[in-house]
Amino acid sequence: MDEIAPEYDVVVLGTGLTECVLSGVLSVKGKKVLHIDRNDHYGGEAASVNIEALFKKYGNYNKGEEPWKKYGRVNDWNIDLVPKLLMSSGELTNILVSTDVTRYLEFKQVAGSYVQQGAGPKATVAKRRMKVFIEWVGAFNLADPATHKGLDMNKCNMKDVYDKFGLEAGTRDFIGHAMALYQTDNYLNESGRAPESIERIRLYGNSVSRYGKSPYIYPLYGLGELPQGFARLSAIYGGTYMLNTNIDEILYDGTKAVGIKATMHDKTGDEPMKFTTKCKKILADPSYFPGKVQVTGQLLKAICILNHPLAGTDNCDSAQLIIPQSQVGRKHDIYIAVVSSAHSVCPKGYYIAIVSTIAETTANHHLELAPGFERLGRIEEKFMGPPIPLYEPLESGINDNIFISKSYDATSHFETTTDDVKDIYRRAEGHDLVVEGLREGTNLVGGE
Amino acid sequence: MAEATAPKPSSSVKLVLLGEAASSLVLRFVNNDFQENKEPTIGAAFLTQKCNLPTRTIKFEIWDTAGQERFASLAPMYYRNAQSALVVYDLTKPTSLIKAKHWVAELQRQASPGIVIALVGNKLDLTNETSGSSNAIGEDGDEAAEPEDDGDARKVSTAEAKTYAEEEGLLFFETSAKNGTNVTEVFTAIANAIPETSLKGARGPGATQSNANRAEDQSRVNLTGPRDNASKEGCAC
Ligand SMILES: Cc1cc2nc3c(=O)[nH]c(=O)nc-3n(C[C@H](O)[C@H](O)[C@H](O)COP(=O)(O)OP(=O)(O)OC[C@H]3O[C@@H](n4cnc5c(N)ncnc54)[C@H](O)[C@@H]3O)c2cc1C
Ligand SMILES: Nc1nc2c(ncn2[C@@H]2O[C@H](COP(=O)(O)OP(=O)(O)OP(=O)(O)O)[C@@H](O)[C@H]2O)c(=O)[nH]1
Ligand SMILES: [Mg+2]
Repeated sequence: MDEIAPEYDVVVLGTGLTECVLSGVLSVKGKKVLHIDRNDHYGGEAASVNIEALFKKYGNYNKGEEPWKKYGRVNDWNIDLVPKLLMSSGELTNILVSTDVTRYLEFKQVAGSYVQQGAGPKATVAKRRMKVFIEWVGAFNLADPATHKGLDMNKCNMKDVYDKFGLEAGTRDFIGHAMALYQTDNYLNESGRAPESIERIRLYGNSVSRYGKSPYIYPLYGLGELPQGFARLSAIYGGTYMLNTNIDEILYDGTKAVGIKATMHDKTGDEPMKFTTKCKKILADPSYFPGKVQVTGQLLKAICILNHPLAGTDNCDSAQLIIPQSQVGRKHDIYIAVVSSAHSVCPKGYYIAIVSTIAETTANHHLELAPGFERLGRIEEKFMGPPIPLYEPLESGINDNIFISKSYDATSHFETTTDDVKDIYRRAEGHDLVVEGLREGTNLVGGE
Repeated sequence: MAEATAPKPSSSVKLVLLGEAASSLVLRFVNNDFQENKEPTIGAAFLTQKCNLPTRTIKFEIWDTAGQERFASLAPMYYRNAQSALVVYDLTKPTSLIKAKHWVAELQRQASPGIVIALVGNKLDLTNETSGSSNAIGEDGDEAAEPEDDGDARKVSTAEAKTYAEEEGLLFFETSAKNGTNVTEVFTAIANAIPETSLKGARGPGATQSNANRAEDQSRVNLTGPRDNASKEGCAC
């Protein structure tokens, strides 16, 4: 067994997407990284699993049965644990491109993006007014009051903006939830934050105009490919990877973490390997430091296997459907993300739909997702566990050298994940992460 | 999918690299270069090299493990859609073939069923044999290891490795990355062994996706291409 170095710049715990992006970026920047996961696979909470693993994770079958057998080859399934899609002009896409991780992945466009309006997913947006509004967003310039339509951008809120354009309720739902990607309607009344909303709408518009149809893209073989791609980037730049490894102890000098004791378990049955190594800092997902995080909410999620596309979506092979909270008397939107065999995540003829929202009650979680299930029609299999706690670190990490990420939240995309990546980077490294040209000037061997 | 400019049809083939002294072999193949004390592999996403066959050109896209094999932490992505694999052992190390067998088993478990695997014993220059032919049958490899002072550091016999390769249906070669013996031969043999049906023109991950899928592939996106070729009229923002 090769030696483990006596000291690393950074030890990273957990191979979720946030951690893998950070490992990749830090390795590219020349940091010596040791990346550990207690599981025997990459991805942590952001992994994609096969259907047998999914049944076993949820335990929703009787002992002795093997329900996955009726779903074809187990390994033809790559089922995401987090229901997210990538914005094609979003920051994760930018990071993928600037680090060249796109070379390991292939993306497909998500065919449609819909907002539920009354009975069906189709909008009856007032076309002309919407058009005028969208054109205004395109021309909007915060520095130029002439483009502000007489509104005071320091004081007004989005409701004022919508009123100005005479937009109807359904159009507002569409713009606020599908385009600006707000999960609640709170943004409507927040004074002075209209420019932020306008920027979000612009991002959506840019993403849509990049490939047409929907603003989302999705990697073949599932989202679990993303952490693997960044882990490979890290490894290529010298990062050391150890799966199946438990952290036995964090070593401190006063309040500051300065190293770890760990044990790697060998799959082939060799003796476990115990080791100690020093490090300047530790990055970790919340599960490695239960005492250093707090719960900020509960995510409800049900993974559903269908053998038909979503009704009302033109038989799309993939789609996002948002059910705005206002339509179903809730405070939080319900999201449905659908992918299919077109993305190599399941055998032909199947569709994987994940219904999710933020829990608003302490019981009857199934009922909270019911409007989503209704939209799905016939469901072959449903995997729904207890509410998933969303964690956030209690401290920034400056005091203990332990920089902890947030859980994957309820948003339908990765923009908050990359915000977290940048935030952790800033806390840990003391300067901002510049995404452009990340690999420029690094001594890349090979290539074309 | 006619490649208009190419005189011969050209296909990309993903090749994954496993085992010991493997990077040197690829370095010889790709750059015709050898480094005596090679640093552990760093910075190479993948290397590419063309292999000209009489009827077509194969462009190898060679994936190095980047050290992720060290603690048995290779990601499924590594094996995904690999059409060929080079499993290298160091024929001067007795344990090296055992490790190679472990990789072959792992490939048979994780990789696509039709994958072409070549087993390669490297560092042939450290033996006292002059010929590096892989077809050195008849040569009694099972003889007790000769003393090293006659210049033979071989610890894995040709016969043992060859028998194993035949049992598992692997291509088999003994090579030297140092003096180049048999190196191009390995890659040519792999190129010839790839079934015509699993070849296609375009490069990129997912290279083994069956051709049947190509028709519906308009929705595939190229993130690195020019950004605004899709933005036209219609949306002002
Ligand atoms: C990013 C963006 C830019 C736009 N730019 C313009 C513009 O420049 N000029 C203009 O006239 N109109 C624009 N619109 C408005 C929009 O195209 C239509 O007004 C609206 O979709 C209704 O048209 P339709 O009934 O013909 O719907 P359809 O023809 O059925 O749909 C047109 C497109 O809008 C999407 N869509 C329709 N309904 C919804 C919904 N409820 N939720 C999510 N997506 C939906 C569909 O996915 C489809 O791609 C824009 C919309 C978006 C999202
Ligand atoms: N004499 C001799 N030495 C070789 C030959 N091939 C490789 N070596 C040496 O063996 C050592 C290891 O070779 P690498 O190609 O780096 O092996 P690797 O498996 O890619 O190593 P990692 O990337 O670090 O896992 C280097 O010092 C090479 O110079 C060969 O054919 N003959
Ligand atoms: Mg190497």
